[in-house]
Amino acid sequence: MRVYRTLLLFVCVGMAGFGARAEDVTEIRIGYLHALPSKVRLSLMDVPAENDGVAGALLAIDDNNTTGRFVNQRYVLIDKTLRAGDDVAATVDALAWAGAAFLISDLDADGVLKAAEAAKAHGLVVLNAGAIDDRLREEDCRANVVHVAPTRSMLADGLAQYLVWKKWRKWLLVVGSHDKDKLFADALRRAATRYGAKIVEEREFKDSGGARRTDSGIVEIQRQMPVVTQSAPEYDVLVAADESEVFAGYLPYRTWDARPVAGSAGLVPTTWDAAFDQWGAIQLQNRFTKTFHRFMSPLDMQAWSAARMVGEAAARTNSADPAKLIAFLKGPDFALAAFKGQKLTLRDWNGQLRQPILLFDGRETVSVSPQEGFLHQFSELDTLGVDRPETKCKWP
Amino acid sequence: MPMYPRTALAGVILAGLCLAQTPASAFIAFVSNEKGNSISVVDSDKLETIATIPTGQRPRGIAVSRDGKSVFVAIGDDDTIQIFDAKSYKNVGELPSGPDPEQFTLDPSGKTMFVANENDAMVTAIDVDKRLALGTIAVGVEPEGISVSPDSKTLICTSETTSMAHFIDTTTREVVGNLLLPSRPRFSAFKADGSEIWVTSEVGGELSIIDPATRKVTKRVQFAIPGLRSETIQPVGINLTKDGKLGFVSLGPANRVAVVDGVTHEVLKYLLVGQRVWHGDFTPDEKYLMVANGVSNDVSVIDVARQKVVKSIQVGELPWGVAFAPN
Repeated sequence: MRVYRTLLLFVCVGMAGFGARAEDVTEIRIGYLHALPSKVRLSLMDVPAENDGVAGALLAIDDNNTTGRFVNQRYVLIDKTLRAGDDVAATVDALAWAGAAFLISDLDADGVLKAAEAAKAHGLVVLNAGAIDDRLREEDCRANVVHVAPTRSMLADGLAQYLVWKKWRKWLLVVGSHDKDKLFADALRRAATRYGAKIVEEREFKDSGGARRTDSGIVEIQRQMPVVTQSAPEYDVLVAADESEVFAGYLPYRTWDARPVAGSAGLVPTTWDAAFDQWGAIQLQNRFTKTFHRFMSPLDMQAWSAARMVGEAAARTNSADPAKLIAFLKGPDFALAAFKGQKLTLRDWNGQLRQPILLFDGRETVSVSPQEGFLHQFSELDTLGVDRPETKCKWP
Repeated sequence: MPMYPRTALAGVILAGLCLAQTPASAFIAFVSNEKGNSISVVDSDKLETIATIPTGQRPRGIAVSRDGKSVFVAIGDDDTIQIFDAKSYKNVGELPSGPDPEQFTLDPSGKTMFVANENDAMVTAIDVDKRLALGTIAVGVEPEGISVSPDSKTLICTSETTSMAHFIDTTTREVVGNLLLPSRPRFSAFKADGSEIWVTSEVGGELSIIDPATRKVTKRVQFAIPGLRSETIQPVGINLTKDGKLGFVSLGPANRVAVVDGVTHEVLKYLLVGQRVWHGDFTPDEKYLMVANGVSNDVSVIDVARQKVVKSIQVGELPWGVAFAPN
């Protein structure tokens, strides 16, 4: 057995059960930044757990530690919840002082940028596990941010490829009135143009602030949704852009015309689902459920992937030096096995993790994009999202 | 586990070679059907399925005892290894495999079995005759490819998420070495002379050749098939001829078996087989290699000398692996 003597952090920890002398063990601390999630969801089944995301990171820490036993590395997660009014920069400073070598972020786009700025001063890298905004990988890209979450354009492209493969080319697009709904609609429009779908009409669904779940809700919704969708031109599929969870969940089975729903409800593009069991995913689902007594969410999976990326880089480079690890992650030898049927790698022009997009109907895996036949000269995964020639990212 | 060294069977091998001119006596293959919850019994002379044995839920790893009398099959969803009589096909007992067994291997004596418990990051050792668990060994996350060296001294277990091969001393049952490998190392096999260990990496898409003495990778073998996306090439099962001259590597969703030169490690040929080819086994005379095609629900029969696929045989739903009785 090779003995790794590099001691990078002078942190002594209780080593019981680790089968190695404490002084030989390298400890790698990962900070986890998140805000408490909103619990407002159209379906009770979608209300996020208190530990949504952080549970995935903790499971990856467990997995990293199982591996770490054999290479004398030990991983620790430092969980920091930001409450309203908390300063992102001060929290990053605190994590840096606590010895974090990497930061996983489940903050919104502005939060990621603030965290990146503060992290830069400490030479730290932020792994963005939550924000899907394309701008973070384009005009607002930062050299010290790696994006594990997919972008809206990757999600939209993954969905569009399937709809086009299905020959459902005529879309009725219904868009919510919040900013993020509009951003998703932008991504869907772009995807329609790229893959030859036609948006026959666009409608806006205004959030008038009504109660989302009330005792009379079902009656109201049953009357309202057909009205919202009536008198549309001939279309194949209704595509909804409603990240704000105002109406999309109410569309299936209630549209004026008998048409399937996709986008924010119905057939949903995502990174994970509790029903997913292919490519060994069942093992991860079992480990997660056994540990946390609930289903694993897409955010859990993104956070798991982020913490596993650190573990993979540290094990392969036999180092805990953030600069070495990030160089490895951005280099040609990095590959993450994340139960998606192929290795995931980083786009070297903007730090985005290449990944297939999974399509679920709420019960089953309907498909996994990229679809057969959507070709690319380097990687079929680059048919999803903004590609190298189109990127606006300019790293200094 | 269709692959194991058969030093104890040298006599049988010789007999097989001598009989090569005359019509070979029929060999019997047992094929585990992961979704069919059954074992298909295939006759190597008739090249057809002659019986189907019902099993517990989710049978995967499969092997025949050294004496040819018993068939062992790992029953993942029932947390056990079932034993079937190789002649009567009757269920004659179980082995305490620990939770969720998938791959397992017998040591050269056939007396000790090692089972990878994928959910629990451990290996269970079992006394086959007494049907008793001897103990467990902690390994990496999602242990899979498990094999014993021909001298019985070393157990190899790969762990998929940890991406390592663990070297375990079979006497002390302690991990004595670890080797990082390309992503998701899936299957391991020793050459019959113990000079090399071959390990496939499913996501890494490679075959690693390892020197057991130094515990280092001596060669990385890559696969490329014109017209196929590299992501679809996912090496899984390995079958090495006893003379160590040829290796057959099943490439999963690439629907090909790669023929690899055992000495130079060059890829000689890709054989088109059924869909999602997984694990296989040789007939005891090594005339044929039979591989299980999970998605097309059949096994492909490969003529080893001619390196040609000669037949496909329908079996049950989602065939996982093949094990021949030594006859």
